[in-house]
Amino acid sequence: MKKDLVIIGGGPAGLAAAIAAKEAGVDDLLIVERDARLGGILNQCIHNGFGLHTFKEELTGPEYAGRYIDKMLSLDIPYKLNTMVVDLSEKRTEGENRKLVTVMNREEGLYTIEARAVILAMGCRERSRGALNIPGYRPAGIYSAGTAQRYVNMEGRMPGKEVVILGSGDIGLIMARRMTLEGAKVKLVAELMPYSGGLKRNIVQCLDDFGIPLKLSHTVVDIKGKERVEAVVIARVDEHLKPIPGTEEEIKCDTLLLSCGLIPENELSESLGVEMNPVTKGPRVNESLETDREGVFACGNVLHVHDLVDYVSEEAAQAGKRAAAYLHGALKKAEKEIPIKAVNGVRYTVPASVDVERMENVQVVRFRVGNVYRDAAIEVSVNGRVVSSRKKKVLAPGEMEQIVLKKTELEQVENLQEITVAIRQDV
Amino acid sequence: MEKKEFVCIGCPLGCNITVETEGAEIKTITGNTCPRGADYVTKELTDPRRIVTSLVRVAGGELPVVSVKTASDIPKGKIRECIKTLKNIELQAPVRMGDVVAENVCGSGIDVIATRTVEKE
Repeated sequence: MKKDLVIIGGGPAGLAAAIAAKEAGVDDLLIVERDARLGGILNQCIHNGFGLHTFKEELTGPEYAGRYIDKMLSLDIPYKLNTMVVDLSEKRTEGENRKLVTVMNREEGLYTIEARAVILAMGCRERSRGALNIPGYRPAGIYSAGTAQRYVNMEGRMPGKEVVILGSGDIGLIMARRMTLEGAKVKLVAELMPYSGGLKRNIVQCLDDFGIPLKLSHTVVDIKGKERVEAVVIARVDEHLKPIPGTEEEIKCDTLLLSCGLIPENELSESLGVEMNPVTKGPRVNESLETDREGVFACGNVLHVHDLVDYVSEEAAQAGKRAAAYLHGALKKAEKEIPIKAVNGVRYTVPASVDVERMENVQVVRFRVGNVYRDAAIEVSVNGRVVSSRKKKVLAPGEMEQIVLKKTELEQVENLQEITVAIRQDV
Repeated sequence: MEKKEFVCIGCPLGCNITVETEGAEIKTITGNTCPRGADYVTKELTDPRRIVTSLVRVAGGELPVVSVKTASDIPKGKIRECIKTLKNIELQAPVRMGDVVAENVCGSGIDVIATRTVEKE
């Protein structure tokens, strides 16, 4: 099978990318989704708060996904469900560059699609207990917060009655409220770091509203129980995040939920050999959201973990548009990639570079900070000279920030070498 | 003059809003990015409300439950009662996104509506 464009993943990123590509004139395209339905993780995010930015109204996850699915169906964009991409590679012949997307499903078996361009939109997954190195037996009752969310919200099952949550990421906070409303007793949320990894609004409406304590600088050091979780032991940690002996406290519970971060799901990107960014654990992309492999674009949580789906949709639409330009021969080869350097508290930027000739008039650059800053400023410099500074009351790792680069301004810079984004505290 | 700090829950920006009050009267509201922030803190001081999202059981559907929400925010004190009401409802598939699942929930004057479609199995 041959396709102009294959989009891997039918979640919010894949849907928005496909719609944008189709609207830009790409007719020969295909979305490949491994789940039984489109919409990805939005299907289980039944809480509200999605879409304020895009639709100016507050939607739940399924409603937000529904808008894009309806649009996609009205554009007759083809898709395959229950279909897993198992390998991604490249075939280079004279003047031609094809991506080989090997897929598998129950009806058609295993086969390869030859694509002229690919959009990576595989999303991310949760950090597991194994990755967290929590000692103890392996009793029933330990779930990632997202797994519990799926059980409760889509399958109508309750994972337990007395719950401790490790990690204050948004899914953990949302699940603290969900489990409480469904009749469970959520005893506490323990967070390793001295600050929460989730949105402030979720601490207010998911914990404070229900009187659920958030213990910062605490972690789980032991899980008790052989067949079923009977209790967990939590302890305070020091500034090196090591448990402090003598601060242990046993909390009786039958369920432990883990909400300890999300990891972009990049096995396919890696099998293709795409250059990765060790900070985001996603591909390194330029202003066109193109990876170092020509014709391979990335967007959404596979690129970097977002806090707002609205931004995922926006970014993915950009990837779709750029992939269309590439397919129409309208995206000239990147020649002068100017690096965007993340320094002084800025952990990374997406994109990581811009080609001024290829960029659009307004280029959004998104990033996260590595610590909590109060009364600080986001400072953008070009060739070492500060060009903009924006004051922020609070900057926190849980919230994505952005700056905007303007093509007209960068064009005027003589001998443009580098752009830096930094946090300045003495403002 | 009394100062109170709020984190707006209107959207994921989570603005830090400071309100100065004198008795029951709001003097100043600062820190909000949009008018929703001012509405939120005013309500929070007088009549705190939340949109409630939950589930309702569905018989004969592709999923055993359908996600629902209150069409607009209801008084915070009625959240538990609202959830309890929803637990006693069982719908018959198919359920369409936007269908009214419960009218005037807990006398709040607000309907509960389905937020997804659940087709027949």
